[in-house]
Amino acid sequence: MLKKLLPLVEHALKAPVWDCRMCGQCVLHSTGMTCPMTCPKTLRNGPCGGVRENGNCEVKPEMQCIWVKAYDRTISLPLPKVWKEHYNDLRPPVDMRLQGSSSWINLVTKRDQQTPAGWSVKDRDH
Amino acid sequence: MSTLREKLENTDDLVFTAEFPSIDGGGMASVEKNAARLAPWFDAVNATDNPAAHAHASNTTTAIAMKMYGLEPIMQIVCRDKNRLAIQSDMMGASLHGITNISLLTGDDVTAGDEPEARRVFDVDGIQAINIARGMATGSYLSGRKIDPAPDFYIGAVENAAAPPFEYRIQRALKKHRAGANFLQLQICYHPDRLEAFCKGAAEVVPELKLIPAVALVKSAKSLNFMNDKIAGIDVPAASMARVQNASDQRDEVYQLTLELAKHALSLPGVRGLHITDFRHDDSLAQFMSDLARVPSY
Ligand code: SF4
Repeated sequence: MLKKLLPLVEHALKAPVWDCRMCGQCVLHSTGMTCPMTCPKTLRNGPCGGVRENGNCEVKPEMQCIWVKAYDRTISLPLPKVWKEHYNDLRPPVDMRLQGSSSWINLVTKRDQQTPAGWSVKDRDH
Repeated sequence: MSTLREKLENTDDLVFTAEFPSIDGGGMASVEKNAARLAPWFDAVNATDNPAAHAHASNTTTAIAMKMYGLEPIMQIVCRDKNRLAIQSDMMGASLHGITNISLLTGDDVTAGDEPEARRVFDVDGIQAINIARGMATGSYLSGRKIDPAPDFYIGAVENAAAPPFEYRIQRALKKHRAGANFLQLQICYHPDRLEAFCKGAAEVVPELKLIPAVALVKSAKSLNFMNDKIAGIDVPAASMARVQNASDQRDEVYQLTLELAKHALSLPGVRGLHITDFRHDDSLAQFMSDLARVPSY
């Protein structure tokens, strides 16, 4: 029941503010409260090389690059220090099986931290 | 060990790399012709992966063909057209043919190309792909399945030093190194001030990462304009544009501008070489190299 209900509630809350795409492995806190899944290339590790002179997106010229926005917000928003420190984390590939599930449940069950056995990160980025 | 790796890791020599022209028609003869032109000047040459989102002969097959004609390839893989399985099989396939320099990029979007209606993949991003390559070089696929013996990859990446957010680009270089990149080829850059700030910062924050800035040999103000308007992430400052536009001899003026950019780039901290994209296809490459005090090896 909860498994069915929570994704609906989560989406209802997050979609209007963050344009949530329900990837099921939320990283909003470490990206200046900017959803990386709204990047047309769905990049989770920072801005691509195509960012325009005015800071807008290579793919959608009318939209500010979400990683430029995330960077500005990480610097300017009064977010917890540890969240800011996580900005340059090396984030693992998205687990496509979690698409549409609730990241809240996946957080509690730590399902969102499971990575493939061959994925290892050398050390933290700060 | 690849020449590129040997030079970058075990010597203080500068390395020179270039872009291999995309292969469409023309068969092996065109590979042979281009290889003969580039071989005397370059330590390694990039085999691109559908650059600017246009389909061409594939990265792996081009790299194999280049190797047959005596060039050392740096095989690029972009994340736009392939999911994580295909990216890993590209790398394993390259290794099967003795290709060990692998450079991983996020890549231009499909909308940059001539088939903008295509599905974009981006299953993983450039940094994740680098980390996957490092995993393979230490003996396993992403799944954890063993590879024995592990492929001997020398891993590279690309960064745009001149795109916003500027200060963050240095952190991104660090992140690419942490993921596994040993060398970093930089996007063509017409802002020497931005390049300088980036190289100084990167040399301080991540001194192990070998930086290779890039310049492009072009013919005229028109081609400068084209790059400015059409190539994602390249901006040509108005002053440089005007300088070339107003010159009596545009060909020479843009050549001089590029030479100044190259010399400046080579003087920066952390810089271990230069990447040259030749859009002129005339005799200026040899002139350019000798103006940079390079001697050809035949
Ligand atoms: S410019 Fe920014 S938002 Fe657009 S594709 Fe690149 S990283 Fe994503």
